[in-house]
Amino acid sequence: MAAVTSVGETPLAVPARRQVGMQAGRRRRLNLFRYVVFTVFGLFFALPLLAMARFSLEGAKLGTWSLTAWRQIASYTSSEGIPPLISAVEITLELAVITSAVMLVLVVPTMIWIRLRVRWLARAMEFLCLLPLTIPPIVLVVGLGPIYDKIAHLSLSALMLFWVYVILALPYAYRALAAGLSAIDATTLSEAARSLGASWFSVIVRVIVPNMWDAVLNALILTWALVLGEFTVAFFLLYVNLQVELYSISRNTPDAGVIFSTSTASLLFAFVLLLILSYVGRRRRASRG
Amino acid sequence: MAVAATTRAGARPSRAGHRPSVPPWVGTVPFFGYVAVFLLWPTGIVVYDAFKNPAGKFTLSGLTALGNAQVRGYFIGSFKLSLISSLIGAVLGAILAYAVASGNPDGVIRRLYLCVSGVLAQFGGVTLAFAFLVLIGPVGLLFHASWYFSFPWGITVIYAYFQIPLMVLVFLPAIDGLKVQWREASESLGSSAWQYWRYVGGPLLLPAFLGALLLLFANALSAYATIQAWEDAIPYTVPQQIWTSMSSEVGLANINYADALALGMVVLVAIVMTGYALLQRRAARWLR
Amino acid sequence: MEGLSRRYGAVVALDRLDLTMQPGELVVLLGPSGCGKTTTLRLLAGLEDTDTGSITVGGRDITRLPANKRDMGMVFQAYSLFPHMTVRQNVAFGLRLRRIGAAERDQRAMEMLELVGLTEQTNRYPHQLSGGQQQRVALARALAIEPQVLLLDEPLSALDAKVRAQLRDEIRRVQLEVGITTLFVTHDQEEALAIADRVGVMREGRLEQLAPPVEVYSRPATSFVAEFVGLTNRLAGEVRAGQLTVRGCTLPLVDSATPDGQVVALVRPEAVTLASHDAPESGPLVGTVIAVTFLGATSRVTVDLGDATILAQLTTADATALPAGSRVALTIRPDPVLVSAGSDPAVPLSGEEV
Repeated sequence: MAAVTSVGETPLAVPARRQVGMQAGRRRRLNLFRYVVFTVFGLFFALPLLAMARFSLEGAKLGTWSLTAWRQIASYTSSEGIPPLISAVEITLELAVITSAVMLVLVVPTMIWIRLRVRWLARAMEFLCLLPLTIPPIVLVVGLGPIYDKIAHLSLSALMLFWVYVILALPYAYRALAAGLSAIDATTLSEAARSLGASWFSVIVRVIVPNMWDAVLNALILTWALVLGEFTVAFFLLYVNLQVELYSISRNTPDAGVIFSTSTASLLFAFVLLLILSYVGRRRRASRG
Repeated sequence: MAVAATTRAGARPSRAGHRPSVPPWVGTVPFFGYVAVFLLWPTGIVVYDAFKNPAGKFTLSGLTALGNAQVRGYFIGSFKLSLISSLIGAVLGAILAYAVASGNPDGVIRRLYLCVSGVLAQFGGVTLAFAFLVLIGPVGLLFHASWYFSFPWGITVIYAYFQIPLMVLVFLPAIDGLKVQWREASESLGSSAWQYWRYVGGPLLLPAFLGALLLLFANALSAYATIQAWEDAIPYTVPQQIWTSMSSEVGLANINYADALALGMVVLVAIVMTGYALLQRRAARWLR
Repeated sequence: MEGLSRRYGAVVALDRLDLTMQPGELVVLLGPSGCGKTTTLRLLAGLEDTDTGSITVGGRDITRLPANKRDMGMVFQAYSLFPHMTVRQNVAFGLRLRRIGAAERDQRAMEMLELVGLTEQTNRYPHQLSGGQQQRVALARALAIEPQVLLLDEPLSALDAKVRAQLRDEIRRVQLEVGITTLFVTHDQEEALAIADRVGVMREGRLEQLAPPVEVYSRPATSFVAEFVGLTNRLAGEVRAGQLTVRGCTLPLVDSATPDGQVVALVRPEAVTLASHDAPESGPLVGTVIAVTFLGATSRVTVDLGDATILAQLTTADATALPAGSRVALTIRPDPVLVSAGSDPAVPLSGEEV
């Protein structure tokens, strides 16, 4: 091997001020890239929403502003006592709650159980949880017909949609939960708890889940986003949820503005709800850490 | 009812420890049972019905219908749209994911963009189509894009709106999985940034990228509401055609046709998903 | 390296560090976490920028050079092998970047692997190798490019104890064979003393002492060094007119110019000898054995002196004659002793938590 020369023989002058290093320069370039990317994509995502909002505030003549479209939402009634829109919102919210609850109870213990005791099923679960993303709702609807006929015997309420919604939410919720579970050393935690005398139930509920709160919240947010925005399956199964109601409002009213006001309203509604959910999460995190 | 069974099963694992005769996988039965009933069974019904004629007898007529030129056109349309929108979504989404990943792991921007991605990946259908209609449609606020109603470019722009966030959601963990030591080792061995990405970062991310691409592809294939709301006069894609045939006047005779189309979709998606699963395994080995 | 400083916000990682290395020597930077040793290494590698000062290699100022243009080989603590490449491809990577032809690359890679003793597994992937084997590959990879300086960032910390000792000697062997100037960072003082030409003990961004291992051990420059390297007894004593008196014994001082006053003397356990017969009833050097810790060839005996506890290191043969409960008399060998101002031996002098 070649001879190696020494290090640090001849010192040079030491500048007093801060040096501009290569790493600092690279970080600056990276930050520039990031801000450009965020701005460009931010615009792309924001513009349609802004356009929609603007259009919903359009008056009789182009360029004017008016709240007519919005007032029409509030005043839209039918022969029944409660405006159908309100009841649709209620139903959808209830659906969101039920779907989230069932999904969490179904998926979280199973995930943890598989991780701790039945590792070989992990890939099967992952595969099944990803499947709904790719099976077209249309196909699902076609196949769900007979099943929902049977369910109709039990109850005609739109709340029965939750059976399908859990499936539809699986891909998103599972990813979030799996990320949270893999970030903690579940095996060691469970072994420690078991050696202290905890039952499996306690291990899951009192040891593992509390360490996954962020992921659980994430999964909840994604599930709610899905339920609030779901249209196809509800429509084809002939149920009325928020999106279906908005759709029928827009079809029944000759005034174009209502379409946009209802769309913007539903989006704003979803956003606000999710923001609240994520703030709940942040406060939890702050109180823990 | 399945809900009650779930709570019962939640307690079952604690009893499994005392009764050695109950194997541990029993605890996963509620989940797999639920999925079997509400996902696998309907899919099975579709597959089964595709081979039945209205009289209930086994037939291949549905399948032969798939062979005709018109149907091929639908599949090609679906394929084209899905391919283009997933490629665009994958590349742009990867760039956005890298921008998000390279920032502060606990920072506001990262959390914001993740939340936004979660919501926007769901945002589709009627509302989305309307939003774009208002933006670049015939009376668009921004400008009127003459290509807005053209297939596939107009609808691709709309698809990008949920494909990109989905890509960010799916691909971000992979980028996080790139260990900083690899970059540093590569640099200390004398590589430039380009060389690092070419020899180390790129190859390591490739399986995850391809997997995500497949996922986006399958997602675009299944999308219905958005394209239907965009322009419902002419069916371009298979899901649209399924709906058309299901709701047309000819009625019963066409259920078989719709099922056959659905079967075609399921097969296509199954192939894509298998590819995805294989790629994921490779990616997980390197990046977990 | 001259006058290197680095701050992270309010934390000073390095405080005007000066370090000069001779060709072919192995310098070990030793210290607790957060002392700045890793920062120094990374500054040398170019993975971090220095706020002040300069770095010169072979007469050339490389302070502004990016990491990929400095001619250094680096071995990380873990995870640095590229998982998608075989062992051979990993080692040849640096050569490939320098556009060296495939045949020559291969040959040099095999040479390096032979040097580190891994000729069997060249077509395996990193995840198929043990931790020790992975680090050997990392070493081969770093040396393949014939760098001017070799940098090792706690390369053994993630390994099992047995593998650690083996690999430590391997690294030293390779380093001597190749004759490359090497900077090795660790928190394990045994490692440092075993392989270094010179040891640099660091604390809070400063070099406390830079000297050959023997000197660092027997003539520590500061009390921090004395306590960090090896075990030390802290005994109350008094200095008067250049003489140190500890529990009735007169001991020479490392620094004869120590001012008078109460001090804490730092005495090594191996300087303490015990005898069980002729033990007087009481006295400053009489005590009871509390515990004997078996360490293999030697044993460590803990003796209670009533007002203090002292550790003595004896051969196991001698120690077996002194089970717990025996009364013993101590003698302190007159090695030069380092003292620290302060009168309470119980207070940790180096400000460290145990």
